[in-house]
Amino acid sequence: MITENSDVILSVNNLTATVENTPILKGMNLEIKAGEIHAIMGPNGSGKSTFSKVLAGHPDYAVTGGAVSYLGQDLLALEPQDRARSGLFLAFQYPLEIPGVSNLDFLRVSYNSKRKHEALEELDAFDFDDLVHEKLGVVQMDAAFLSRSVNEGFSGGEKKRNEILQMAILEPKLAILDETDSGLDIDALKIVAGGVNQLSNAQNATLLITHYQRLLDYIIPDYVHVMANGRIIRTGGKDLALELEARGYDWVLEAEAV
Amino acid sequence: MSTSVQTLVNQPYKYGFITDIESDSIPAGLSEDVIRVISAKKNEPEFMLEFRLKAYRQWLKLVEPNWAEVGYPAIDYQKIVYYSAPKVSEKKKSLDEVDPTLLETFEKLGISLSEQKRLSNVAVDAIFDSVSVATTFKEKLAKDGVIFCSFSEALQEHPELIKKYLGTVVPVADNYFAALNSAVFSDGSFVFIPKGVKCPMELSTYFRINNGESGQFERTLIVAEEGASVSYLEGCTAPMYDSNQLHAAVVELVALDNAEIKYSTVQNWYAGDAEGKGGIYNFVTKRGLCQGVNSKISWTQVETGSAITWKYPSCVLVGDNSVGEFYSVALTNNRQQADTGTKMVHVGRNTRSTIISKGISAGHSENSYRGLVKIGPKAAGARNYSQCDSMLIGNQAGANTFPYIQVQNSSAKVEHEASTSKIGEDQLFYFTQRGISMEDAIAMMISGFCRDVFNQLPMEFAVEADKLLALKLEGSVG
Ligand SMILES: Nc1ncnc2c1ncn2[C@@H]1O[C@H](COP(=O)(O)OP(=O)(O)OP(=O)(O)O)[C@@H](O)[C@H]1O
Ligand SMILES: [Mg+2]
Repeated sequence: MITENSDVILSVNNLTATVENTPILKGMNLEIKAGEIHAIMGPNGSGKSTFSKVLAGHPDYAVTGGAVSYLGQDLLALEPQDRARSGLFLAFQYPLEIPGVSNLDFLRVSYNSKRKHEALEELDAFDFDDLVHEKLGVVQMDAAFLSRSVNEGFSGGEKKRNEILQMAILEPKLAILDETDSGLDIDALKIVAGGVNQLSNAQNATLLITHYQRLLDYIIPDYVHVMANGRIIRTGGKDLALELEARGYDWVLEAEAV
Repeated sequence: MSTSVQTLVNQPYKYGFITDIESDSIPAGLSEDVIRVISAKKNEPEFMLEFRLKAYRQWLKLVEPNWAEVGYPAIDYQKIVYYSAPKVSEKKKSLDEVDPTLLETFEKLGISLSEQKRLSNVAVDAIFDSVSVATTFKEKLAKDGVIFCSFSEALQEHPELIKKYLGTVVPVADNYFAALNSAVFSDGSFVFIPKGVKCPMELSTYFRINNGESGQFERTLIVAEEGASVSYLEGCTAPMYDSNQLHAAVVELVALDNAEIKYSTVQNWYAGDAEGKGGIYNFVTKRGLCQGVNSKISWTQVETGSAITWKYPSCVLVGDNSVGEFYSVALTNNRQQADTGTKMVHVGRNTRSTIISKGISAGHSENSYRGLVKIGPKAAGARNYSQCDSMLIGNQAGANTFPYIQVQNSSAKVEHEASTSKIGEDQLFYFTQRGISMEDAIAMMISGFCRDVFNQLPMEFAVEADKLLALKLEGSVG
């Protein structure tokens, strides 16, 4: 349940950004409070992934204006790894393969760099192993994936599941899931959605980027935003997603004349 | 690629200091007279002088090789000083008598020669400007009949062994740099493991170049008799000079029936600065002869230093069922150039060889693997497996693979696999988005890439090698 004075986790104010001097984000505004689930929908190329990567600090994108406050700090002033360590998590639309680095090592180093940031003691290999095995259950993943190289040779759906496993271990304050549902079969979609629901609570927030209303049957959003041409052009409740599913984007685009 | 991957390299080279020590040098230049002076200074037996002069005369007729993928201005061989030794009147009996400046130098390099602080299971021969200054654990090794001493000492005390084996694996006229080395080498290490003896500890030689004008020409000879085995490691560092120094070493290994030699190198000569000024020209000939049946020679190298590396540790597999192995990590950064690989020459029956090569190129460097697998007409049942992987960091570095395969026996089996990968910006972002720093990300990826090779290093050095690579690449991305 959302209350008026929930803590603000993310506040984006008139954000603009370019890639190789081409403007992609053209004035993004968004506020996300603790306990909320937001969904962003929008046509291909409208800038959804760009928005998520700008928030995470990808070096290819240059912020040209606006401000982003995250848990009261200036997010844009933080290095990407510090954004991550303070709880900003991005599940990638296309998770990368990292040959030669085992999934387990990757998870442990990632987890411990966050612990270190929070001035907590790092977990040794044995304790971490216990933690991972517990979290595997969240996404019903086989332990065999831990000894394989990160995402190497994983199927599309397995990669997405692996992203949610990482999320389960890192317990982010703000999770941005970029099309985590695409590439998942029906059963996997339910499992992943169930995992996300398990992880969401009154202290954290989730931003879903998706093309399909179907995901929103399992993860019920508090707000649905429509993004087009680098801006959010309409915001509504979960019914907006149903309407988009039925009518497409043209009517919104026309109404907003973008 | 955007700026973040291009803020290139270098953790400052921490071994770049110069030791201020008086040296006994001869004027620059090379002639028969110079060779006679070197031989006389070292009080060598007559056969050694003849060996040197023969090599010199052959060298005059040879031309410097130019087939490698490396480029450098012509070397003026008359400008090089061919003999330079720290002024120690004679090799000291006890370490207490060794010039403290030298002990300090090695101390600073992390090589402790003092009795108390030595690595417990590693005997060290410390070579400073091509002259051996100290060898540890000699007496202990002697109890098992193992000879581990400087080359000069071996010439005085075991001339018959040197005469028997020197030049049998790398003949004096083998190649331009080997001939030069054979003519002018000043010192090096000699190891002899007698029949049936398993050397009780790791042997290691630590090479230090100090003098800015002198060339470095060491000679290493390792002989393992029937059933003997030894693991040997060499490490190398040099000060930072603006000029380039030539290092042309020769290493010969001989393994008799059922003998095994494992030779590991961690090469960290000064590589020059980010613009490519200075650094060592590392032109080295290393070859092992598996003379006996069931013998085995294994080369493991971690090459991270030098402005230019030209080096092909090889195995000549003469004995039936003998085994040759080559495990290599070659890392180049900034303006470094490496052309390195191996030759596996199968002569005997059922001989087997394995080649695992990992090249990592960052900055504007060039890194080439060059390898020959030759199966002779009598090598029935011979087998080779080669795997050559290259990894690129950034967009300016180059990697090449030149495999040469010659098969003259139809029952042989030769397999070759190659791959090229790249540490991309998106991969690095994936790490940083999970809270992992760029440095850790690169270290993890490199360590994974090199695992098959590092696993071959003696344990004490595997961790070092991992750290060394991480250091070398620090700042190469980010
Ligand atoms: N690194 C880049 N280089 C060049 N163009 C880019 C880059 N990243 C994004 N763009 C361009 O920016 C625009 C927005 O891309 P983005 O990936 O953010 O869209 P999206 O809304 O996530 O689309 P989709 O629904 O297809 O995933 C596209 O036109 C894309 O081609
Ligand atoms: Mg997208």
